[in-house]
Amino acid sequence: MIQVENLTKQFDDFTAVDNLSFTVEPGEVLGFLGPNGAGKSTTMKMITGFIDPTAGRVSVFGKSVSEQPLFAQQQMGYLPEGAPAYGEMSVLAFLSFIADVRGLKGSQKQERLDVVVEQVQLASVLHKTIDTLSKGFARRVGLAQAIIHNPQILILDEPTDGLDPNQKHQVRELIKGLAKDKIVIISTHILEEVSAVCTRALIINQGRLLLDGKPDELEKQSRHHNAICLQLASDEQDAEAQLKSIANIDSVESLDDRTFMIFPKDGQMLLPQVVRFLDEKKWDVENLHLEKGRLEDVFRNVTAQSHSNQVTGKGE
Amino acid sequence: MMNLNMIQIVMKRQLHSYFATPIAYVFILMFLVLAGVFTFYLGHFFEKSQADLSAFFNFHPWLYLFFMPAIAMGLWAPERQLGTIELLMTLPIGAVNALVGKFMAAWLFAGIALVLTFPIWMTVAYLGDPDNGVIIGGYLGSWLMAGGFLAIGTCMSVCSKNQIVAFILTVVVCFLFMVSGVPMVLDAFAWAPQAMIDFIAGISLLTRFDAIARGVLDLRDIAYFALLITTWLYLAYVLLQRNKAK
Repeated sequence: MIQVENLTKQFDDFTAVDNLSFTVEPGEVLGFLGPNGAGKSTTMKMITGFIDPTAGRVSVFGKSVSEQPLFAQQQMGYLPEGAPAYGEMSVLAFLSFIADVRGLKGSQKQERLDVVVEQVQLASVLHKTIDTLSKGFARRVGLAQAIIHNPQILILDEPTDGLDPNQKHQVRELIKGLAKDKIVIISTHILEEVSAVCTRALIINQGRLLLDGKPDELEKQSRHHNAICLQLASDEQDAEAQLKSIANIDSVESLDDRTFMIFPKDGQMLLPQVVRFLDEKKWDVENLHLEKGRLEDVFRNVTAQSHSNQVTGKGE
Repeated sequence: MMNLNMIQIVMKRQLHSYFATPIAYVFILMFLVLAGVFTFYLGHFFEKSQADLSAFFNFHPWLYLFFMPAIAMGLWAPERQLGTIELLMTLPIGAVNALVGKFMAAWLFAGIALVLTFPIWMTVAYLGDPDNGVIIGGYLGSWLMAGGFLAIGTCMSVCSKNQIVAFILTVVVCFLFMVSGVPMVLDAFAWAPQAMIDFIAGISLLTRFDAIARGVLDLRDIAYFALLITTWLYLAYVLLQRNKAK
């Protein structure tokens, strides 16, 4: 279990992390969301014991990271932002160095090396120098180093940054495969990633916690939650105005002449009513689907709000 | 707090990184050539017709003034520049072990270069009948002095992200330590209390190494270098904690 209590980090007069508190339990994959410069990386650096907090504390399985950094670091695998690695080493030599530090020896070490090389598919570059690798391979070397000791806690700072869609998919599958009884914290600004792998999402901005919930709960806060996207087969007169007459509809937006987005009041489920209405009007429907809600809406909404609060001083 | 196993793992990696490029071999070759030039031309090894290596050891401080900073500059500056320091300092190694491990790698590298000067010893042994104990003492003293220079270099490498800046800072500080005992410097401190003048003269590498080059390595010299190395490594540790995330 990771406990973050009133964590604050100040750099001179800039507050990077501001009184942040949360707890992560085993089995959770926590998505750490926020715009660039929100304090995601700084928080991760404090959790991994790289920097000390100005105030507050982080504890890992009950032990303070500032007081016993080695204990915390033994439980963790960490992929720092940009996946730094010793460029002049070969992939194998680098992973072997990490395995040595992690206390793996003999056949156990060989076994873990084999497993990890298989998991992140590094066999083809094992004897190449890290400096000569493409960005995707370099990122995978970073991942391999983080999971080589099969850690209880995995902390990944933008693990899929710079990967192509196939590689992103692979990394997400890998994380999902690992996550069963582990704690995983991922920072990202790619929202689809959160829906794809996370069981819980935290949205932070300017170092403050804005939202905390399951991705689908957060999606419910979106104005697109239960919105209905309707595409008609032919032009109908006054379609937009007629659609608005359905009970409990908040608004209708026309995306083009035949495509409409129907927003219900308070996220109610209006699909049956809309279907009945279309039936009565005998309109030909080409496409009709229900939106789950868009994390992007929620993200933009809360982060923009916190910015404007900052400007007007309401957020204080 | 010190963990020998971790120190060894870090040292191994650092040594590996020294020899990963041909630069290390070129460097050692340069060192050997210059050591030879100094001994035979500037030191008048043959003209002296003495069966000892003082002509060889006398120039070591000046040789080290440029070679040791070059060995030490890459210990920490690139780690900070490339961000690998974040990886290194979040692995369960401990800052002290990382610092000592890297220092030991540099010191061992210097030791390898020094051992490879053995043909000079063979020359003197072939030509005459030298006191081998004195020569071993000279080598040991020289290696200890290299350690002192490298400890200063380690500290300077923690100070800057730029290897060149680290190199120059190290040369400057090492130079000050070398010359602090010569009369010219001591005269400049004529106004100071005697205790301070004694201190400045006492920390001088050049004066201390004079005796070592002649083959007199006593316990006080060893203590001096041990103190020099520990002090600079401790300073490096303090600065590392402060600078690592910057």
